[in-house]
Amino acid sequence: MTTTEPSAANPDTEAEAPPPDPNAVQITINGRPHTARKGQLLIDAAADAGEYIPRFCYHERMTPVGKCRMCLVEADSGRGPAVTVSCMVPVSPDMKVDTESPTTKRMQEGILELLLANHPLDCPVCDKGGECPLQDQAFSHGPGESRMLEEKRHYEKPIPISDLVLLDRERCILCDRCTRFADEVAGDALIHFNSRGNNTHITTFPDEPFASYFSGNTVQICPVGALTAQPYRFKARPWDLSQQESTCTSCSVGCRTVVQSSRDELLRYMGVDSDPVNHGWLCDRGRFNFESVKSDQRVLQPLVRSGDGFQPVTWNAAMAEAAALISEALAAGGANSIGIIGGARGTNEDAHAWARLGHDVIGTPNVYAQMGDGLPNGLLAESPATIDEAANAATIVLLAPDLKEELPVLYLRLRDAAAKRRSRIIEFAPKQTGLTSYAWRHVAYEPGTQAAAVAATLSDADVAVQLAKGNVVIVVGRANLAESSAATIAALNEVRAAVPGAKVLTAFRRGNVVGALRVGMRAGAGGLDTRGMLQAAADGKIECLVLVGADPLADFPDTNLARRALKAVPRIIAVDTFLTGSSQQANVVLAASAYAEKAGTHTNLEGRVTALAREVTPAGSTRADWMIAAELALELGTDLGYSSVADITASIAENVSGYEDVTVASVAGDGVLAGVPTDLDAVEIPLPAVPERNAYEYRLVVSRVLYDKAISTVQSPSLAHLAPGATVHLHPLDLERVGTSDGSEVKVSGTRTSVVFRAVADDTVLRGTAWVPFNQPGPNVGELIDCFAPVNDVRIETI
Amino acid sequence: MSRLNEANVMLAKEIIGRYPKARSATIPLLHLSQQQNGYITDDAIAHIAELVGATSAEVLGTCTFYEMFKMVPVGKYLVNICGTMSCQLLGADELMHHAEQTLGVKAGGTTSDGLFTLEHAECQAACTEAPNMQVNYRHCHRMTTTNFDKLIDDLRAGRLEGEIPVHGTLARVRQQIPADKAAGVASPDAPVVPAWMPEAAQ
Repeated sequence: MTTTEPSAANPDTEAEAPPPDPNAVQITINGRPHTARKGQLLIDAAADAGEYIPRFCYHERMTPVGKCRMCLVEADSGRGPAVTVSCMVPVSPDMKVDTESPTTKRMQEGILELLLANHPLDCPVCDKGGECPLQDQAFSHGPGESRMLEEKRHYEKPIPISDLVLLDRERCILCDRCTRFADEVAGDALIHFNSRGNNTHITTFPDEPFASYFSGNTVQICPVGALTAQPYRFKARPWDLSQQESTCTSCSVGCRTVVQSSRDELLRYMGVDSDPVNHGWLCDRGRFNFESVKSDQRVLQPLVRSGDGFQPVTWNAAMAEAAALISEALAAGGANSIGIIGGARGTNEDAHAWARLGHDVIGTPNVYAQMGDGLPNGLLAESPATIDEAANAATIVLLAPDLKEELPVLYLRLRDAAAKRRSRIIEFAPKQTGLTSYAWRHVAYEPGTQAAAVAATLSDADVAVQLAKGNVVIVVGRANLAESSAATIAALNEVRAAVPGAKVLTAFRRGNVVGALRVGMRAGAGGLDTRGMLQAAADGKIECLVLVGADPLADFPDTNLARRALKAVPRIIAVDTFLTGSSQQANVVLAASAYAEKAGTHTNLEGRVTALAREVTPAGSTRADWMIAAELALELGTDLGYSSVADITASIAENVSGYEDVTVASVAGDGVLAGVPTDLDAVEIPLPAVPERNAYEYRLVVSRVLYDKAISTVQSPSLAHLAPGATVHLHPLDLERVGTSDGSEVKVSGTRTSVVFRAVADDTVLRGTAWVPFNQPGPNVGELIDCFAPVNDVRIETI
Repeated sequence: MSRLNEANVMLAKEIIGRYPKARSATIPLLHLSQQQNGYITDDAIAHIAELVGATSAEVLGTCTFYEMFKMVPVGKYLVNICGTMSCQLLGADELMHHAEQTLGVKAGGTTSDGLFTLEHAECQAACTEAPNMQVNYRHCHRMTTTNFDKLIDDLRAGRLEGEIPVHGTLARVRQQIPADKAAGVASPDAPVVPAWMPEAAQ
């Protein structure tokens, strides 16, 4: 093997030879030379060389711990062959590794016999059977029999460790994967080893369940059937599942997933280890909300209003009715009296077809995908950062909502950056967030003072030194729905003025909102955004409103305006999967296919375009949004020329700025990063003057939490009950000032109305502000929000 | 109510101050809690987790790893009879049988008067003095049934109060580190890479 040594290069060719790579380490695996990377673990180097070393505890995305000993191999680093834990030992020059020696085999057999000594052989009734690393490796590396004649260990089985995850301790092999994940990746160390030796088992603290937003990942990485997820338990056998790679659209992070079904029924989503996006992790909402797709509340066929209710009709009748409504509106008020809201729920293709229907066929500029809870779409054009760039930045400036609640996997990536000390986080937030404890600087600001808080912090000498190191990424989003987005833009401009080279990651929240905006679901010249359309509607200037998977009553911050708007509009066409509060007011409901029932592409918040798979047959006679748009266009006398998803994908590549490289082939796997759009309007919003506070002495802060009344959460039985409910959170001292205590009801009055909430003492809330989670079961905080006010102040009184 | 009392919270804060990271004080605080209550309750664990900035599950995991932290109430005196080889050869089994008869409880049990808890123990590192036992971790060497009975009588009569404090007592004189003698702690924000590692040199 001397020829593999860099020093032994042939003297004849030495002159031309490139300088040896300082990061290359030459090793020998099973007699074959291999070039490994410096610092690479032996187990990874062997995998690169095509030698799979069996393992249970080792996971590429977590710190190795050497718990299970299954990866023992014989390695010789100069002092003779020695038993080596390959997941703990990095490669060294000239290391000779034998993964198949008789000693290695004997050790593997021994370890498996030990692991199986107390493991119940209940594979036929175990959910993991068929995809179980322990089962597979017992077959491939095990001794075939056991010397254990004694009674096996018994535990109560299974015990719920959270609402979603059950633990069967008999099956557990103590690999430390779930506990490591909880501590190291999720930052919620709510499960831990308990006791010692033969009695060791995983537990939670009594009455403190493993209520992590990421608990489902532990089920996915469990190498045995010890952890099972409630929504999948006893539903299928792995060999009966068919699966396709897809992308999660629950939020705009766009995690890569595998969608699995059996007998045309969605059963499970699994995270795919995608380097640029989710590293294999999913949040529980994204993982378990497949239940909503098969909900029996789905709208399965088109509906037309008859009296107070709906009458199911054929697609032909529904299309004719919808087209008639649009034609009537055109006749009554012209194209400008028609508004289209939504498109963020579907694929890029859905949005593009609807955008063309709106802009080209109907001819209205009033088309918008955001629900008044985002930021101007022009931000997407301003030196965008990728998720990877954000997670590797020297400094991350957060002008964002609580990422743990809104974009959970982005939170994992940024948390990882801060916890491993790659990045320093400077956070500006009206309330403490999931990232606050990892932040280098946390600046709490009162609504209305964001830009001033940013300016003050940037003038700090330490902060200036940190920012001067360069490589700054600003994560910007709407932190407070009860405050004008102008404040966030002003704050962003402050940071960009101080750090001209900073890149911006726009933390838009809703599924495919970035894709929808970019492929055309945005206002044309002189067009209105959602707030503008609702205002015009309330003023009686909108003749027909089309809601493409949009529910303004639930999602638009100003509920009062949304309600007035929907009441005043004479014609509403809803394209929806469920009868939501808004679509119940429609004249026609066009039944839409849901996630996993239609193929297409998706754009995540960094502009990455990935594939969406069609895994199950659309429920009932539902159709994809793009088909509905194409047919409606035909009814109105225009052929969009779309007869398949691929047609539209090609049309997007041709017509949409930045999507030139997006093809059916390029969106596979990790997809393709769309170019920076050049056709978006620059962001210019005047900063409104913030009024002084008067008797309404609490500034309202409203933001979302992971589980809310979103239709996919409500319609998923496993998740629906996890929504915390609407409560008003006040600093304990403020609560004392109000004269009440934690848990009692208080009257919260805005300028329009009063709402009664239960009060919660919460020291993560800034004094003088009141925080209420948005869109929760119970009283509606949207009633207190005036979307035209720079800030919303409330009065809080005891009842 | 078995959280740390006010005096012990002060003490706990002082102990935490001795470590660069608060969670390093978990075990000393568990001892402190056991000293206060005689055993460790769930409330105490939650309180310690709060003080050191860990989760209750982590503190529970640490606590249950160690045999000397008791999660259930034990007697005033914890009697551990060694059952490892030297002691066993020299009559540990007989001693245990006698102890069970005398105290009227099986190994692992606590007498009804709450005075004694009897336990099996592994090697107590005094094999030359076998058979051994401990009362509240104070060694009792070369035990016989006779001097076992005498010991129990003495403990019952309170004649050994000065020598053997109640279970949970760690030290009767608490360590005091004057400010000028304290080694001080590095900031948790300082680099965690040890000085001898190549990365630290760069």
